[in-house]
Amino acid sequence: MTPRSNRTMTRLITRLAQVSAQSALLAAAVLLPQAVSANTGVALQHFTANSGNLPSAQRGARNFMAYCSGCHSLKYLRYERMGADLNIPPDVLKKNLMFTSDKLGDQIKIAMPAASVDWFGRVPPDLSLETRARGADWVYTYLQSFYLDDSRPLGVNNTVLPGASMPHVLWELQGWQKKAEHAAEGAKEGEHGAEHGGGHHEGSPFEPVSKGTLTPAEYQAFVGDLVNFLDYASEPGKQARISTGLKVMLYLFVLLGLTYLLKKEFWRDIH
Amino acid sequence: MSNEGVDGNRRRFLTTATSVVGAAGAAAVAWPFLASLKPSARAKALGAPVIADLSTLEPGMRATYLWRGQPIWVVRRTPEMLAGLDKVTGDLVDPESKVAQQPKYITDKSRALKPEYMVMKGVCTHLGCSPILRTDHPAPEIAANWQGGFFCPCHGSKFDLAGRVYKGVPAPTNIVVPPHRYETDTVVVIGEDPKTA
Amino acid sequence: MAITPNPYKTTGALGWIDDRFPLTKMWKEHLSEYYAPKNFNFWYFFGSLALLVLVNQLLTGIFLTMHYKPGAETAFDSVEYIMRDVPWGNVIRYMHSTGASAFFVVVFLHMFRGLMYGSYQKPRELIWVFGALIFLVLMAEAFCGYVLPWGNMSYWGAAVIINLFGTIPFIGPDLVTWIQGDFVPSDATLNRLFSIHVIALPFVLVGLVVAHILALHEVGSNNPDGVEIKKKKDPATGIPLDGIPFHPYYTVKDMVGVAGFLIIFCAVLFFMPDGGGYFLEAPNFTPASQTNTPEHITPAWYFGTYYAMLRATPSFAGTQIWGVIVMGAAVVILFFVPWLDRSKVKSIRYKGALSKIALTIFAINFVILNYYGLQPPSDTVQLISQIGTILYFAFFLLMPWYSKIDKTKPVPERVTE
Repeated sequence: MTPRSNRTMTRLITRLAQVSAQSALLAAAVLLPQAVSANTGVALQHFTANSGNLPSAQRGARNFMAYCSGCHSLKYLRYERMGADLNIPPDVLKKNLMFTSDKLGDQIKIAMPAASVDWFGRVPPDLSLETRARGADWVYTYLQSFYLDDSRPLGVNNTVLPGASMPHVLWELQGWQKKAEHAAEGAKEGEHGAEHGGGHHEGSPFEPVSKGTLTPAEYQAFVGDLVNFLDYASEPGKQARISTGLKVMLYLFVLLGLTYLLKKEFWRDIH
Repeated sequence: MSNEGVDGNRRRFLTTATSVVGAAGAAAVAWPFLASLKPSARAKALGAPVIADLSTLEPGMRATYLWRGQPIWVVRRTPEMLAGLDKVTGDLVDPESKVAQQPKYITDKSRALKPEYMVMKGVCTHLGCSPILRTDHPAPEIAANWQGGFFCPCHGSKFDLAGRVYKGVPAPTNIVVPPHRYETDTVVVIGEDPKTA
Repeated sequence: MAITPNPYKTTGALGWIDDRFPLTKMWKEHLSEYYAPKNFNFWYFFGSLALLVLVNQLLTGIFLTMHYKPGAETAFDSVEYIMRDVPWGNVIRYMHSTGASAFFVVVFLHMFRGLMYGSYQKPRELIWVFGALIFLVLMAEAFCGYVLPWGNMSYWGAAVIINLFGTIPFIGPDLVTWIQGDFVPSDATLNRLFSIHVIALPFVLVGLVVAHILALHEVGSNNPDGVEIKKKKDPATGIPLDGIPFHPYYTVKDMVGVAGFLIIFCAVLFFMPDGGGYFLEAPNFTPASQTNTPEHITPAWYFGTYYAMLRATPSFAGTQIWGVIVMGAAVVILFFVPWLDRSKVKSIRYKGALSKIALTIFAINFVILNYYGLQPPSDTVQLISQIGTILYFAFFLLMPWYSKIDKTKPVPERVTE
């Protein structure tokens, strides 16, 4: 085969594999009910996490280490692995993303004192598998659904996780919002999410109270980066497995062709 | 059944082609399984380089570190100990350290990047016991010309203070010097080669 | 002592072995001179595929066991260790988890083939019985394996299934404690399920598979026409006229099936190993918690049909055991199929309308039950599951009647193309 036809072939098989995977996903999507947070019934904004979007996952990693890692560990993820997968050079990793006492091969743990249980009522959960356990939609919506609520100890609540003990760590970026009066009886699904960028589109359950340092669109992108990073953290081997899979598919189609021809050849004996 | 019109060549070709492709596939499937037995990321992380601060190590003393599960010794050799190295060369198997039991960048006859600090594995090259440090000398019960060194209690192998093996003992070679580099004058990173090496 | 030369006249190394061990004999009996009907169709791929998946499970299982650490404190972490730290560990784990689901897909289709073509009828009753035993052991094996990651679904799945034994009158509660080795599913439970999963049941499974195949090769394979090929033999050679050597004809054919199957299997394995949340469930990515039941607890997808029957059965006389009995009976009734079918013909091709309708309804009903077994409970789900349960049992219990009165078509002497 010429290199060109080879490439066309590879592309064709890649496409075939994608189509078969997509149609399987579609079938699964038809079977699955509409994504709704099961314990609250709040509609979740849809977000297709893509840990293969390296710049986004890199920003997410930086922001996670800046805003989240004080309380939340990623105890199954090693710095070194993260650096290698997300294309972050070791010196940048050491200087900007790691606690000074950590080694490259260490897992991303926190040094939070046990007293933290008293601060928030519970130990902040490890987030290594958060997007696999709850789904990207949930995390994406959760981080945008903090609102002012005087009845809570920290003055803030969350529509997706009512009674959440987590404070709104990102309030400086997002600003404050409160529950919109008109949406009290249940929000419509905000399915435009990332593409439309508007945090306060039609049917938003919230009204802004004060501005943050980011515009609503920027904040949404910020959260998107975080979710992409968490999606990466939930399965660091994902991109490698997909690329291995494409090679395997290429091989299997060749094998199918050969075995089919072989079978036909032998079965010419039989009538 | 009949064999009319059977194209033997085509059949042979397809059989061979399928066998070869199938065997290649089987080999490719075997690879992940064999590779899964290699040291995992955890094992590698636990075997990561060890940083040793030697500023508090007194002359003539030894500090022990653990790298990849094995003891690593750092002996701070006094000028007298270093002088003793030359006195025993006649008793040694490989006084010039010709056998590659040390990284290439360690060329000094004292088997150290800085002669003052001897960095070596605390493992006998015979059967893997950990020898005992005997700096006292003379010690005729060990060797007639003993200038200080290591004595393995398991099978009686003897090494000088550069880890060089004596003649006539079970251990065949000098003690291994692990890769290491100096971060500062007194901080050594065990398990990493010098950056410019 | 002199050795009697083997009858195959083999020489050299092979001859040396054949004088002492029936190697050539086995090769001929089970492959090169095992005469299988020449009219196998698509449905006959699933037997060899089940064998392939079994090998996959054994092989990947051996390697997973090298890295997995049973124990309530270590299991979850060790699975993530496999997924992240062990080179290629994620692929091996997905091969095993996808393989579990593939096993049931393949076995369901294999069993359906048997029902369609009457492969359980005389003289193949024992093949079917061994097969039903394999299915039963497979379910136990799958359940044990499902618990091992010790995620939250593992934990509560174990709790629910083990508590089924609690419905047994008098001894139930003590039995549950004994099975668990504790008052709830715990470290002790996990360790014994691990032992059963990696040692006890695999032994039984492999033994049953060998028995299944030996029984098959003793009487010969059935075929889509349900014709006994041994009745028409070439007088000169004694070889069935419609039989062809399994090797090479069916080995090369099965290879096509294997390649096709692997394309689907690997598409799932590499591109959607979660199987849309059915093969690996989202709540199982949270460690087991004794205080938080997942919001919607379902069994693994392949238990849907039987779980639906369990839920469909109301409790009365103060006990829930009826649901357990119904569910158990749904599996046990499979063993009796060879004696429930009173039809004169084997294959659905020559059975009458009644049998065709019954089998069609059964298959559709099985899928519907499976689907509703995985839905959150509601009145609709309950009603559909109850109707489905009745239809499921009707297929078997009415079989002696409808298979007997059904009009059959004449079966040809020889297999059709």
